[in-house]
Amino acid sequence: MNTTVTASTGNSPSTRRPFRFGRWFRATGWRHIVGVIMVIFSVFPLLYVLSAALNPRGTLTGSNHLFAEIGFEAFGRILSDPTNPFGAWFVNTLLVASITAVATVFLGALAAYSFSRMRFTGRRVGLMTIVLVQMFPQLLAVVAIFLLMSTISDWFPAIGLNTHIGLIMVYMGGALGVNTYLMYGFFNTIPRDIDEAAKIDGAGHARIFFTIILRLVAPILAVVGLLSFISTTNEFVVASILLIDPEKQTLAVGLYKLVSNPNYADWSAFSAGAIMAALPVMALFLFLQKYIVGGLTAGAVK
Amino acid sequence: MSTPRDEAIIKQSRRSQSAARIAEAASVGLRMLLIKIALLGIVDAIAVYALLVLFLDEQWLVAALVAIVTIVVNWIYFSRRHLPAKYLTPGVIFLVVFQIFVVGYTAYIGFTNYGTGHNSDKSQAVDALMSSALERVPDSPTYGVTVVENIAGLGLLVTDPEGDVSVGGTDAPLERVKSAEMEAGKAVAVDGYTSLSFADVLARQGEIAALRVPFSDDPNDGALRTPDGSSAYVYTSTLIYDEQADTMTDAQTGTVYQDNGTGAFTTEDGDALLPGWRINVGLDNFARAFSEDSIRNPLINVTIWTIVFAFLSVATTFFLGLFLALVFNDLRMKGRKFYRIAMILPYAFPAFLSALVWAGLLSESFGFINQVLLGGAEIPWLTDPTLAKASILFVNLWLGFPYMFLVCTGALQSIPGDIVEAATVDGAKPWAIFRLIKLPLLLVTLAPILISSFAFNFNNFNLIYMLTGGGPRDPLASVNVGSTDILISMVYKVAFTGQLRDYGLASAFTIIIFVIVATISIVSFKKTKALEELN
Repeated sequence: MNTTVTASTGNSPSTRRPFRFGRWFRATGWRHIVGVIMVIFSVFPLLYVLSAALNPRGTLTGSNHLFAEIGFEAFGRILSDPTNPFGAWFVNTLLVASITAVATVFLGALAAYSFSRMRFTGRRVGLMTIVLVQMFPQLLAVVAIFLLMSTISDWFPAIGLNTHIGLIMVYMGGALGVNTYLMYGFFNTIPRDIDEAAKIDGAGHARIFFTIILRLVAPILAVVGLLSFISTTNEFVVASILLIDPEKQTLAVGLYKLVSNPNYADWSAFSAGAIMAALPVMALFLFLQKYIVGGLTAGAVK
Repeated sequence: MSTPRDEAIIKQSRRSQSAARIAEAASVGLRMLLIKIALLGIVDAIAVYALLVLFLDEQWLVAALVAIVTIVVNWIYFSRRHLPAKYLTPGVIFLVVFQIFVVGYTAYIGFTNYGTGHNSDKSQAVDALMSSALERVPDSPTYGVTVVENIAGLGLLVTDPEGDVSVGGTDAPLERVKSAEMEAGKAVAVDGYTSLSFADVLARQGEIAALRVPFSDDPNDGALRTPDGSSAYVYTSTLIYDEQADTMTDAQTGTVYQDNGTGAFTTEDGDALLPGWRINVGLDNFARAFSEDSIRNPLINVTIWTIVFAFLSVATTFFLGLFLALVFNDLRMKGRKFYRIAMILPYAFPAFLSALVWAGLLSESFGFINQVLLGGAEIPWLTDPTLAKASILFVNLWLGFPYMFLVCTGALQSIPGDIVEAATVDGAKPWAIFRLIKLPLLLVTLAPILISSFAFNFNNFNLIYMLTGGGPRDPLASVNVGSTDILISMVYKVAFTGQLRDYGLASAFTIIIFVIVATISIVSFKKTKALEELN
């Protein structure tokens, strides 16, 4: 911090020193070199996907000449392939991820509210359980989840294997976990005086929760919802065993099967699909970047 | 020990509690109440339907559980007390079923032989064996049939050669019916069933050809099958099941298969008739995992690699992220925002897609890295055991450094400036400030993040499975395991890929993972508490 101070005084107009490359390089120049290297490292694979998607020819080898040809045939191919219903995957993913995100936020907020505002026996144990449970992610029990869902299918096919409701229900099992803990921390930062004032004015607990608290904690709700949306979009293990029909599958499952052997796959079509699949997630992420970073560090930096 | 004053306070607080309850009750709006009743009504309606289905299927235990949960839920939401429970119940139900129950169920499956060939209970296995060995009885009469359907699925409406009419399905043996609608000496419709039209029969040919309607509950009596949807023939099984002796006899060869407790009918020479059924095998799966070389050696290698991978992933991404945070945490530098956005891109790109893209980039004979950057070299990035591990760590570095960069930047900026200033005044050099002041403070604040990052990478299935598929495959292993597999991808492959699904063995592996994860988390929670006390 103090280096900043000396630097800014050194650069003030009254004592302007002549520009010297050596000094500039030692102060900030080398940082730009690191920056350029990291930018190339970070962006190059993404440029490669973009170039492959715009390449009308299909193969992996054909994609090696970056931006040699530009066309949109690959997008047409992936959207019209009957054996790989990309449109259905896209809609399924959006649907499953959005519903899971909303439900996760709602269930997590309910739990966080009670942990933050109420004192009851088992509160500490409950909080500890939630912290411990997140050490054992759901995908560890994937065998049991599959067998449980296939048993449920025997009685209630509408919520069993090969249904989106079944998949969402499984995801909701993970709703109380890291999310609740994140929200719990944020709820605690809202002063209790607000609740008490509302209570004196005659508001019940439900009214306080829905009309006051939920609005005040909106930023953390957005962060948790977005993180849940992104992780559901990326989820492969449970989705791949529960969803059987190609029209029911999600992007992660479908696109994986499409390029399970990259040497023989239609690489351009895959890349075009990847670009379209990534766009909503990346747009959301970059748009809400500030809040997400805040949410990520909120867990660690008090 | 309570003084009168204490008692007064208790009394007062009791009075204020009841006052609070009355106020609470008065404040519940009518709209809120209606919404509550509507939601509970929906829940109860679903529960009643579920109970009905479960009763019809004679699932008493599950039905009892559903009933109890429904009653408890109603009680919680209709009573004026139990406020915390009202907020916790919805999440807890899902948590218990899909997170806690499934863990317990995994532990149970680990002690069974559940898997391909051992999927069902014994009576289902007997039925499956008998119907798979069905053969047409020579010179048997022809039955006129109409394919019908009800909730249970397809069935046959049968007119036997004497003109008697009966109806039945796969799970419902033939039963006499009186009031069938006849047409040219053949029953064509009956109450409770929908008859399939000729077009439907054509459209569902495969299903109809697979349909077997048994004559009675005794599988030895045989069944009717129809090749064309209009006439059926008697089929009996070449296997004969003797319930008393608990044996299966092959009528053609005379071989006797006996239930000797291994979960399948087996001859004395050890030939098993599959499908068999599910039984408890005790510690057999664990015994296999620890005593058979072809499973034990890969299991040990996979466990070591999982821990090494998780540790190195955290270490590499953390140090690169920290280095970059230090480099770009200089206010004099121009264009920091641009660098930051560019470096966040790998984190914003969906991770499963990144792994698939890198699999293409690193492809041995066609990939961009070998073909363009290395001028046509054929380096087996993903197919050589050692190089594949290095590639995985490299790709994970690409995926994970932005996150560490972001959290390190946040943590660095939260270090109070006066501490650093005080150290500078005392004459500390930048390196000493970093090593002695910033790094310890960072580690304290970031310890929980590093631990959860370790836990995440310990189960980083997507990266491994989508980049190398766990390969290259270990030729000495009897299970489908490769040299870059981590524990969770091994479980997945044993349970869900390949010809043989072995849920029992996969669950036994899962239990091993649980033990490792539990040990690591206990140790790390103790360590972080120690770290927090430093703060």
